[in-house]
Amino acid sequence: MVKTLAMPPQYIPDSSPQGSPGGASQAVTLEVRHLKAGYGTTPVLRDVNIKFYDTKVTAIIGPSGCGKSTMIRCLNRMHEITPGASVEGEVLLEGKSILALDPVELRRHVGMVFQRPNPFPSMSIFDNVASGLVLNGARNRPLIAERVEDSLRKAALWDEVKDKLRQPGMSLSGGQQQRLCIARALAVEPRVLLMDEPCSALDPIATARIEELMLGLKNNLTIIIVTHNMQQAARVSDYTAFMLTGELVEFTQTQQIFTKPSDKRTEDYITGRFG
Amino acid sequence: MQRHFDVDLEALRSTLLEMGGIAEDMIGHAVKVLTERDESFADQVQEMEKRVNALHIEIDDRCLKLIALHQPAAGDLRLIAAAIKINSDLERIGDQAVNIAETATYLCHLPRIKLGDIPRMVELAAGMTKDSLDAFSRRDVELAREVIGRDDEEDQLKSETFNELLALMQSDASTIQRAMDIILIARNLERIADHATNIAEDVIFMVLGKDIRHGAERRESPEAAQQ
Ligand SMILES: Nc1ncnc2c1ncn2[C@@H]1O[C@H](COP(=O)(O)OP(=O)(O)OP(=O)(O)O)[C@@H](O)[C@H]1O
Ligand SMILES: [Mg+2]
Repeated sequence: MVKTLAMPPQYIPDSSPQGSPGGASQAVTLEVRHLKAGYGTTPVLRDVNIKFYDTKVTAIIGPSGCGKSTMIRCLNRMHEITPGASVEGEVLLEGKSILALDPVELRRHVGMVFQRPNPFPSMSIFDNVASGLVLNGARNRPLIAERVEDSLRKAALWDEVKDKLRQPGMSLSGGQQQRLCIARALAVEPRVLLMDEPCSALDPIATARIEELMLGLKNNLTIIIVTHNMQQAARVSDYTAFMLTGELVEFTQTQQIFTKPSDKRTEDYITGRFG
Repeated sequence: MQRHFDVDLEALRSTLLEMGGIAEDMIGHAVKVLTERDESFADQVQEMEKRVNALHIEIDDRCLKLIALHQPAAGDLRLIAAAIKINSDLERIGDQAVNIAETATYLCHLPRIKLGDIPRMVELAAGMTKDSLDAFSRRDVELAREVIGRDDEEDQLKSETFNELLALMQSDASTIQRAMDIILIARNLERIADHATNIAEDVIFMVLGKDIRHGAERRESPEAAQQ
């Protein structure tokens, strides 16, 4: 144990088994074991094993249709809502099966931010952020107000909205709406934040803000981001998982995957030779 | 999928090899000034240096553009990183050849002096340069390792040459000027071998993604890191 801890990161052997690039020294927040998922009779995920670490950002990359969204939707049990969806295998949140948790409770611990910002259309900025708290039974107004401010600050949106909290969430720009959704997810103090292409509808400046935000937030979160932007994965993540047709091909330190991937298919994908 | 980027990378590789070819010729010509006592070769070395300097700038420029425009990763990134380093080693090899040619030009005007191990040093330095470039061109890790292995002999020969010439200068003061010049040339040759070694190390990095400089390879296993 001590031995592993004493090693600087570059000495972590890259021969670690599939699904655990970081060695044994880090806290695992989410662990996926033998995950298979599909729609109707079509299999999408074929036996995926992966671990997500506390205080780290993990990027999931891979060609369109390889199952990235399906995988992260399995992590907060959104996949099973789809009619005809099937799922097998285990997902453990801090060691406990997520099936043992009530889905609403689970989604409080494992929050999600989507590709298109989706503030609740009828709600004000304030109520959007407060919604999760209220849904989870919070009634104390001053406490809610405090948490809303705190979440908006964490999402780097407070200064821009503090004077118009009663205006509709939809009145904000796309980038602001996305940060509003992040604030909404943060308000319930999740352990894990899932982000499915959170910047693909944003301009480069709004994107840079979200990226900065992620780097600041990861100190007490596990962040999992699906992205088609290779440079974004390289900039924000500690670990990168490359998926291909429902399989996890390579999962290792981001720095390693972008300088020296060990699988030819990973190399072909990240260098744009794919297809 | 065919990438337009591959055409650019290929052009980078061939420009670098063109520069390598000229650097090799510069060594050959510089040595002829010494062995054939023919100053005209020195002029040719000067001419070739202009071309090498121009390529030095051109290659750096290309590499920067490729990085800025393509944000290369993995093998592509390692090729460009290696190209930047090899580019600077080749330019320095050219400089050393120019130094040899200049020193040898003085020697042309002085009585002959025994060259001792210099011919063997030339053979090694030129051979290492050529083979390091072949290793780059063929992505040949074995050949690159072999080039690195030859560097010790060059260092050894340089030390021996120093000692022999020191003794010569002590016994016969009339040789001091010429012996000093030969020592300079031995030093230039040793530096060329060092640059060829760097190129070979860059080839290994480019192909395997492994940094073997300064004994890093031995430190690579976690067990070794503990020691
Ligand atoms: N609701 C659904 N019903 C049936 N098939 C689906 C459904 N959602 C996704 N699929 C199929 O599952 C496969 C994986 O889809 P998924 O959305 O997980 O891919 P992805 O990696 O997120 O792709 P993208 O990068 O395009 O978002 C695809 O073949 C897709 O057609
Ligand atoms: Mg998707």
